[in-house]
Amino acid sequence: MSNTGNANEESKKECLIISWKDLTCGALVRDLKRIKENKTGTWRSLKPIWNKEKCVNCYRCWMFCPDGAVIIENDRVVGINYDYCKGCGICAKECPKKVQAIIMEREEK
Amino acid sequence: MILAKTGNEAIAYAMKQINPDVVAAYPITPSTEIVQIFSSYVADGEVDTEFVPVESEHSAMSACIAAAASGARAMTATSAQGLALMHEMLFIASGLRLPIVLCVVNRALSAPLNIHCDHTDSLASRDSGWIQIFCEDAQEAYDTTICAIKIAEKSFLPVMVTIDGFIISHCMQRIEVLSDEEVKSFIGEYKPNYNLLDVENPITLGPACLPDSFFEHKRAQAEGMNQALRYIEEVFKEYKERFNRELFILEEYHTKDAEVGILCMGSTSGTAKIAVDNLRGKGYQVGLFKLRVFRPIAVSYLQRSLKNLKILGILERMEGLSAFGGPLFNEVRSVLYDEPERPIIISYVYGLGGREITPEEIEEVFLELLSLKNKKRENIEKFRYINVR
Repeated sequence: MSNTGNANEESKKECLIISWKDLTCGALVRDLKRIKENKTGTWRSLKPIWNKEKCVNCYRCWMFCPDGAVIIENDRVVGINYDYCKGCGICAKECPKKVQAIIMEREEK
Repeated sequence: MILAKTGNEAIAYAMKQINPDVVAAYPITPSTEIVQIFSSYVADGEVDTEFVPVESEHSAMSACIAAAASGARAMTATSAQGLALMHEMLFIASGLRLPIVLCVVNRALSAPLNIHCDHTDSLASRDSGWIQIFCEDAQEAYDTTICAIKIAEKSFLPVMVTIDGFIISHCMQRIEVLSDEEVKSFIGEYKPNYNLLDVENPITLGPACLPDSFFEHKRAQAEGMNQALRYIEEVFKEYKERFNRELFILEEYHTKDAEVGILCMGSTSGTAKIAVDNLRGKGYQVGLFKLRVFRPIAVSYLQRSLKNLKILGILERMEGLSAFGGPLFNEVRSVLYDEPERPIIISYVYGLGGREITPEEIEEVFLELLSLKNKKRENIEKFRYINVR
């Protein structure tokens, strides 16, 4: 493909887009490192607060989180990754009623 | 091999020989037969295709997009309202640079309701980033469908192949077909640009590109279309070399010494050839230009071929509703703007909703153009209609 960018060249670049000539064909992102740099958590208006004492490690929040923002370490939930959590509240909704280890709070900006 | 096939049957037969990985379709007159016949090929085990009978044309194109993004060869067919319902997804297919081939059987858009031929459906999709190739007859439709696979996969652009509804889609014609092996070797193995299902090499597809990057992506996509004519030329050339069948970007018929020309697309070019023959027999120097490739607009071909005419009539099977003619008229006229000597150009809207056009009517247009060729262009009514009461 001419003039529409080379995937290998593109993946070497750390910087933001310079020219349309540097782009991959079809707005494709092969370099997932760049996706990680795009911290979508800034969109959040509500913030999930996770309570370690109440959590029973059922993983429902982890399974349902659309952004993979529930952090698991050594088979246990250890917190929320606020860099990517968009504050949708699914984790709080899915947390069993008897447990209520996650509550949503208004995000302070 | 020589077969008797309607336009729809010819396209379905080409699809069988192409043996795409996925066909997702929803039936609509007059394109229904294409996928109906193709589904029989699937049921009879004559192809390996995964056939997805979806619930709408929007879903048909969505499924083709998902299939193509997963590295599959995907095809579908539709007409009129179906193409209109696909409209949203057309832009996504082209924006993701997915080489999908869509066979459009041209039909008027409602309202009022009409199931017969005009070019409003595909011309209304002209800015969706798809290559558009119009076909005159079943033979051209067969050849072009096979070539379209290769053009799409070389250019990473989706391609529409169009035939005129009923006039070609349901009309039985003699066609010459290639063997299955010839088609297989011509289109070759598909090498996708990426594969969404490749878990070893994860990718993100269709990301949000906000004001800091969207513009650059569109500029890159435009370059894809800027380069597309080259790929069409390459594929048509190879097709001719291998199978001795010539496919044109702009076909010319008796134009060498012509001062007066008509330009049109689709099946009407066959009718116009008869009109040219009749008038040539009477000594008139008239010629026909059959435009096959509407997207990308074949600028160099149109400039080279049309600039020396005195007067050109553009037969347009669409009412542009712009108060200044349809897209074919406006784009061809615009292409010639930079030429120091350029013909008078007149728009003739014809054949809407399947209104028949005859050789005699086209002869009358030629004679009218002959009578106007020496008049001052500013005194000539530019917007005319054929056979409207």
